[in-house]
This record gives sequence, structure tokens and C-alpha cells, in this order.
Amino acid sequence: MIPSEFEYHRPGSIAAALAVLEEHGDDARVMAGGHSLIPMMKLRMADVPHLIDLQAITELKGIAVEGGTITIGAMTTQHELITSDELAAAAPIMREAALLIADPQVRYVGTIGGNVANGDPGNDMPGLMQCLDATFTLQGPDGTREVQARDFYEAAYMTDREDDEILTKISFAAPKGGQAYEKQKRKIGDYATAAAAVILEKVDGKVASASIAMTNLSDTPVFSADAGAALVGSDCGADAVSDAVSAMLGDIDPTEDNRGPVEFKKHVAGVILRRAIERAWSRA
Amino acid sequence: MKDLEDRQERIDNLKGMGCSRKRVEDARFTQGKGKYVDDVNLPGMLHGDFVRSPYAHARVKSINIDAAMALDGVVAVLTAKDLEPLALHWMPTLAGDKQMVLADGKVLFQGQEVAFVVAKDRYIAADAVELVEVEYEELPVLVDPFEALQSDIVLREDIKDEKEGAHGPRRHHNHIFLWEEGDKEATEQVLDEAEVVAEEMVYYHRTHPCPLEPCGSVASMDKINGKLTLWGTFQAPHVVRTVASLLSGIEEHNIRVISPDIGGGFGNKVGVYPGYVCSIVATIVTGQPVKWIEDRMENLMATAFARDYWMKGKISATKEGKITGLHCHVTADHGAFDACADPTKFPAGFFHICTGSYDIPVAYVGVDGVYTNKAPGGVAYRCSFRVTEAAYFIERMIEVLAMELNMDAAELRRINFIREDQFPYQSALGWEYDSGDYHSAWDKALAAVKYDELRAEQAQRVEDFKAGKTRKLLGIGLTHFTEIVGAGPVKNCDILGMGMFDSCEIRIHPTGSAIARLGTISQGQGHATTFAQILASEIGLSADSITIEEGDTDTAPYGLGTYGSRSTPVAGAATAMAGRKIRAKAQMIAAYLLEVHDNDLEWDVDRFVVKGAPERFKTMKDIAYAAYNQAIPGVEPGLEAVSYYDPPNMTYPFGAYICVMEIDVDTGEHEIRQFYALDDCGTRINPMVIEGQVHGGLTEALAIAMGQEIAYDDMGNCKTGTLMDFFIPTAVETPHYTTDHTETPSPHHPIGAKGVGESPNVGGVPAFSNAVHDAFRAFGLRQSHMPHDHWRIWKTANDLGLHG
Repeated sequence: MIPSEFEYHRPGSIAAALAVLEEHGDDARVMAGGHSLIPMMKLRMADVPHLIDLQAITELKGIAVEGGTITIGAMTTQHELITSDELAAAAPIMREAALLIADPQVRYVGTIGGNVANGDPGNDMPGLMQCLDATFTLQGPDGTREVQARDFYEAAYMTDREDDEILTKISFAAPKGGQAYEKQKRKIGDYATAAAAVILEKVDGKVASASIAMTNLSDTPVFSADAGAALVGSDCGADAVSDAVSAMLGDIDPTEDNRGPVEFKKHVAGVILRRAIERAWSRA
Repeated sequence: MKDLEDRQERIDNLKGMGCSRKRVEDARFTQGKGKYVDDVNLPGMLHGDFVRSPYAHARVKSINIDAAMALDGVVAVLTAKDLEPLALHWMPTLAGDKQMVLADGKVLFQGQEVAFVVAKDRYIAADAVELVEVEYEELPVLVDPFEALQSDIVLREDIKDEKEGAHGPRRHHNHIFLWEEGDKEATEQVLDEAEVVAEEMVYYHRTHPCPLEPCGSVASMDKINGKLTLWGTFQAPHVVRTVASLLSGIEEHNIRVISPDIGGGFGNKVGVYPGYVCSIVATIVTGQPVKWIEDRMENLMATAFARDYWMKGKISATKEGKITGLHCHVTADHGAFDACADPTKFPAGFFHICTGSYDIPVAYVGVDGVYTNKAPGGVAYRCSFRVTEAAYFIERMIEVLAMELNMDAAELRRINFIREDQFPYQSALGWEYDSGDYHSAWDKALAAVKYDELRAEQAQRVEDFKAGKTRKLLGIGLTHFTEIVGAGPVKNCDILGMGMFDSCEIRIHPTGSAIARLGTISQGQGHATTFAQILASEIGLSADSITIEEGDTDTAPYGLGTYGSRSTPVAGAATAMAGRKIRAKAQMIAAYLLEVHDNDLEWDVDRFVVKGAPERFKTMKDIAYAAYNQAIPGVEPGLEAVSYYDPPNMTYPFGAYICVMEIDVDTGEHEIRQFYALDDCGTRINPMVIEGQVHGGLTEALAIAMGQEIAYDDMGNCKTGTLMDFFIPTAVETPHYTTDHTETPSPHHPIGAKGVGESPNVGGVPAFSNAVHDAFRAFGLRQSHMPHDHWRIWKTANDLGLHG
């Protein structure tokens, strides 16, 4: 658990960080909270000769709710997400999900940007961002571009982000309707055995719109359009929920690990999704 | 009345036995001021790190150290070839086997030590580990002990032709020993003729003590005066000194072993590890101090595991439920080397306490030790030697028998308990239980949890479940355990030939304060607090005026260390006995000072008083001063005493634990609604320390029962080498515990104390596990193996058809 030698950079602006990235190319990596990257370096599974710490870049921090759009700087910590009343009022699912990430010590340092950009299928925020249909802003040497969360994830630790780009902010429309984030884990600090993010809009007792995403049940987060579609137009009754669960099960592809075999994970995914739908509907 | 109040005040001022004195150690621990091995930093100190095997079984074809040696700052890279001329490439284990210090031709488990890099700093050492090139040829792997006993694959080529092992004949090249106790023939006959027999395979999975602080050592050879100083995470520093002397040839007076503050041991720090040996060799070779500190993954993957017992049981009874016999065969997976930490004559520890709290007329136990491609160990993880396995076995067998008899498991226990009038009780497997009152403890426990109401609620829950009204089941986990601790009588207990006595040396200072040194070593048990309380009550000086010191072999008297809940039963007894020697001499001094005969004095809390003349007295403080400032005819100056205590018998703490658990059959999650723990540890020295011990032990039991394991895949890869997968409960997972007690003193112990540190692990594991089993009893579950993590509970429910 001793990393090999590396150079530590602590730029004060996005431009300065991009300059270091450009200078060192493949030898450099940016670090947000470091909860994934530092253990990988200690295990010598990640070789990072130049580590660029983004913590000093104040322009990457902050939460803004304006005109129904929520914008969150990439270096905003999970703790800041939890303690923002403005965010909790605009998108209560954010606080609910963030409280299920690790423990307070981790959340004081862990950031939303690191969580979504690392591409770890175990992280909670990517699935939630897909559920919210969030937009990620990436800044590189050629300027900025935007990518939808639903298009961002390619495989485990593989995303649409280029090596010379930094994910700078996340934005999404304040969700309408009932929201729920449901997660089963073995213990505090563990990744999900299965987790579900659900947003349901209710009009005249029927589901007007539904958004469903699952976490740690494939090598990427799983946005299940079919699961949502199965609910739309229904009264969210038992049959519709079962159809949604079936559709979701068709979209996930869990693998066996110490949390259990595939069969168990699929079962739990179904239970967790049912519970999330039930809770979201009760809040819709 | 005033006299009585004065007397009570004097008793209170002593902070002696029975007082919930705050732990004196905590002032430094809570402020981060403890001094651990890794806090030892010496001028010119070098750092060691291991090259470890990625394979569970492989031949080592070659080791090339050139690139590592070429790295600036690397001082040495040791391999088995370098240790061989010193005869240190192998070392003896505590179990009569030998173990490779560094891979000698092959590796036998993943994480095995292959080479030891010594460098000027910790970072260079880690870099150099990457540069050592080892060529392996993979060999087929054995991770299943049953398969190992049938397989042609030879694990231990060094002893493959040896038919006789340390504990008798070996019947296969992967067989270590068969150890038997009890009357096999008579037991089989009883089983054959019994009205009811219950049979079950009970597996206690492999786990690990995982102390907060991993293992480490700092060795420093002073070549000028020929003295070796060794700081290390040792639960038995004196034995380490003796072993180091025997292995190195350095005379024992030239070795000083120091166990500084230790961040938890739980058995993990009893054995001798290659890191200790390599740091010693490296300091001798380089002439500079060498530090070795393992990391968490190394600790989990390569240092001593615990349990891994496959226990095949048969228990017989009359139709009314009176137990008539018990038969047990264990297949014990010992890993690559037999490095179990047990007294020499007991290769399965005290597993034959497995008749538990019950009066079982005839019994037999056979234990087969087996080699596999797993890490060596087999230590007592917060229990006396293999006692937690024994308790789990019998408490599961009782539950299975209750099912077979269609009987309430609490009632089945009650009608089979050893009765109070049967103590001292001779068990069918050879133990003499010192004292107990199981029925009183059991009744108190059942009343405390309102047992009958719980059963009624459970029955209703089953109805509701069947009617589709709930998806949660309710389990009531019962346990009545009997521990056996305080090893032990020297006549049958030794470690590497050293009799398992313990010791205390007391020196009273002229102003009436004292220092006492013991042969034990605290790893969090609070010895500095509680041993001072024993002494305070014995010699009448306040516990606040008594310093307790342990762990430095140059100053402390020889002792066998701290594990197996032996400190209070053995060293605590030595402390009391040494205290009584002090008091005996003090009585002579007081008699001289008061100008009366010794026999005219009586002891009263903190003073000797002339019988019938309470105004004439000398306090212990007065006496201490006199011991140093007056010439007393016939009495040597000073006030010191030493006691080496060889206990006449073990002590037998016991307890009744009840766990009430809700289980979600769909997700496999559980919630502990109530946990009641009644402990009887004999005389209680510090109720607050006892409660802390019980809380800690129960939390470790919770971990073991509900999620903690060392698991391997078919290739022998350890799947649980980090705390991401190895379950350590946080405050969130830990339930509230209700503690309670009865007090049945040990008749043979000077103060009647029995020891408590390990009881909660011994009794806790079956209580948690039985709760899980009990939740599914109505659906026919007889046995499902631990750990009861989410997916295994889900699988149990699924196999029982509870998912529709």
C-alpha cells in the first residue's frame, strides 16, 4: 500500500490544470476527492507520474439553482450536496442518495465530479445523473462541450471524457414529481448490491412520466427507458410495476462478486426497484 | 454509624475490586498519544518489505534480485538461500510443525513471503519489491480439506514421507494429525441404541482476528555490546525472547523484547511471523535497526486466520429430551503449515469442551488436521483455544436436536444443564468444571427478554407471513455457553515447552505507592486499570497509587502472555498472591510498630488494627514508610514480593445470550431488535471494563456470524483481502446490547475471578447464528452455514421456497 513516486500539482484554475494535463499527456491525471484514485495508486494498479489535485480550484465549486435549472460544480463535495437546503428543496433525491454514499468522513472530501467522472459502476451518482437526465460539461484544450449523462458511460472506467479534458460541472432541470433513491449495501462504506433511482410524475392519478436508473448491476449505470415506459399511463399498480421490473431485468447484466451470485443480484434489483417505485409514487 | 461511613470512605478511596474505575490507559489512547511499534524510530533505521507470492501453489524456479539491488537506497534483498546458512529459512511453529520463513523452492499459499527487501526508506523498499523478479511454475491447488485428504497432489514435499507427525501418525501426505478424546466405542453404542439421534454438519468458516493495528517489529542489534532489542506486536513477549534466543543462538540475557502499546491482538499476535525473523536477521546482517510493518492486506492474507472447522456431529437423546451421548468428527483446515497457537499437548486446543453446559454422560471427539493451499494460522480469535468452535458446535446441535424432538430449545437446554449441585463436574471428555449455576442464569435471561411472549409473537409472525401480510420473519437466538479459560495448569499446558504459569512482581515505594510488573501484556484489555484494582484490595493502597507495567522482558517477570482470557485467571491470581506476601510482611512490620504480636492484628481495608482496640492501627502507608526507614529486628528492609502462579485448574465462565432478529426474506437483510447478554465471570473486578469487553466481543461475534470471512476461490486466491470485503461492523451495523450478570466465583482462584474478555465471542456467535436459523425453523431449516450475509440468507429463503 505504498504508491510509487509521483509529482503533485495543485493548480488554482481550470486553465492551469488543463495546461499541466497538456504538458504531461498520458502521464498526468486529475484528482477530485481521491477516494478511488489514491487507493489504486497505493495498490500500484494506477501509475500516475503527475497527479493534478483540483481542490484549490474555486471555480469548480458551488451549487446554483436558477430558473428551474440546477448547476453543480464538479468539486462540490457530497457533504455540501447534503447540507444545501436549496438543492434539497429543488431535487430532494440528491440529498437522499448522497446520504447513502460511504460515511461522513468520506463525504467531506468526496466530490460529485469525481463520483461521476471516474466511471466506476459502483458509484451512486452516475445512475442518479442518468435518472435526472443530467448534462456534463467537459473542458479541454479546444474549449468546452456538453455530454448527456445517458451517453457518457461506455464501460467500467471508460467514459466519453478525453484524457485532456476535465469534467467541470453538472446541470439538470429540477425534477418534477416524486423521487426516491433506494440502495441495498452490506455495510456502511460499501458499494450497492443494487440501487435504484426513480422519478415519477403523477397527473390525474396516472404516471405521466417515469425515469428509472440502476446502479452497480452492469459495467455501466443502467438507464432503463423500457422500465419507465412500462409505468407511463398506468396507475402504478402491481401489474405495471411488475412490467417495469421485468423490463429493468432485461437491461441489467450483473456479475458475481462477494456480494453474491447473479441470481441474487437480479432478485434484489427487482425488490429495490419495487421499493423505489413505491416510495417515489407515494411522494408524487 | 460514623465509623461505618469512614470505613466505606476508605474502601471507596482504594478504587479496588468491584469499582467501575475509569481506564487509566485511555488518557493517552483517546488523545492519540499511544506508543505503538510503528512509533519506534531509531537513528539509521532501515525498512523491510516482502515480495509475496501471487500464487497459492507454485514452484519457485528462480529469484533475480539484481534490478532491486541496483536501485539506489536498497541495502539487501534476503531470500531463503541467504537464510539457509543460519538455519533460519524455516522456523518451528507453535504446533510442532515447521514453516518457511522465505519460500524454499515452492510457495504454498497466496501472499506467502518469498523475499525480504531492506532499504533506506519505506518507499524505496516498496519500489524494490516490484523489481525482484521471481519465476514461478504454477502447481495444482487444493483449497478443500476433504479433497486434500484424497488428492495425489503433495503440498508439503518436505515431509511427504514422514508417517509420524508432532501429534501422532499421519495417514496421508496432506494429513497432519488425528487427535481423539473420549470413549468412541461407548459413544457409538449409545448412539446406535438411542431413541432419538440428530445428525448435522456444522461449519465454522475461516475468519481472521483483524486487529486495528497490523503486525510489525523493529529489531536493533547493538554490535558493540552484543545486545539485540526487539520491539514487536507480541501477545507473549517472554516466549518470543526465548524462541529468538533458541533460533538465533544469542544468549537470552542479550535479548530484550519489548511489546509497546498494542492495537488489539485477538490471537493474531500470538504466533511468530516471518517478518519478525527477517527483521532480526536483517539487523544482524546490516548492523542497523530494521523496521517491518505489514499493511492491512498482508495482515488479512498472510497472518494467522481463525476457525475453519468442519464439524460433523451426532447427538442422541431420550424421547423426553434427556441427552445421552455426543459424537463429533472435525475436519480442520490448517492451511499450508500447522501454525495453530495451542498448548503443545492440545492440537485441537480445548475443543473437547464441546459438551458445553450440558450433562452428557458419554462423548467422543476426533479431529483430523489437514494441509491446504491457504494461509497458516488457526489462532484463538478472541476465545480460548478452539472454544468458540466448540460452543458453536454444541449450541447448533442442541437446536437441531430440539427440532428433531419437536421441542422448545430453551426447555431442552434447561433439562440438560449441569445442575449446581454437580459442581465440581467431571465432563465426559475429561474436564473438571469448577463452578456454575446455569439454571439461575437461564431463568434470569428468559425472564428478562419475556421469552414466552417472544415465542407467541414469533408464532403470529409465521402466520402473518404465510398469509402474505409480511415478508419479515422473527428469529430468537438462544445460547448458553461454557467457556474454559485460564490456561493453565503447568502439568498439562505449555507453549513450546514453557509451562503456562504467570507472574507478578510488586515493589512498594517508601511513600506508600507501588509498581507492579506482570508477565502478561495488555492489547486493549485495560490491565493497567484492573490489576491495580486487584492489588488495591489486597494491599490497601489506592489503585491510583499503583503503576502496572508489562511487556518489557528486561524488567517484567517471565510470563506466558495474554490470550485465551488467561490474564485475570492466571496473572490476576499471581497479583493477588504477591499482594498477600506483601501483606504478610506488612503485618510483621505493623506488629513491631504497635508493639504487639502478629496474631493480635487484623486487616481492615487499608490498615492493620489491634484486635479489640480499633484506635490502635498502622495504615499501609505508615508500614511502607517504616519498611524503608527503620531497622526492624528479624525483618529485611524494603517491601517487595513476587509470585509465579501455577493455577490448579482452568476457570469456567459461562453465560446466557439471547438475540432477537428480524429477517427480510427478500433481500436477506437483518435487523437485530434486541440482544441480551448475561455473563457470569465469577468475581467482577471492574464492571465497566467488563461491559466494554462484552460490547467489543459481541460486536466481533456479530461480524463473524453475519458477514466476516476469509474466502478463497478455486485457484486459492484470497477474495477478502481488504476491508471493502472483510466485514468490520461500524456503529451503524452494531446493535444496542443489554448486559447483565450473575456471580459464581471460582472456588480455586484466589479472588474467585474467571475471566471475561472472550466470553462474548464464544457465546455471541451461536446466539446470532441461532437467531437466523430460528427464524426459518418453522419452514424446516436445520443448518445453513455462516457467515449469514445477505445473499446466503436470501439463498436459504430461496431454497426453502419462500420466494414464491
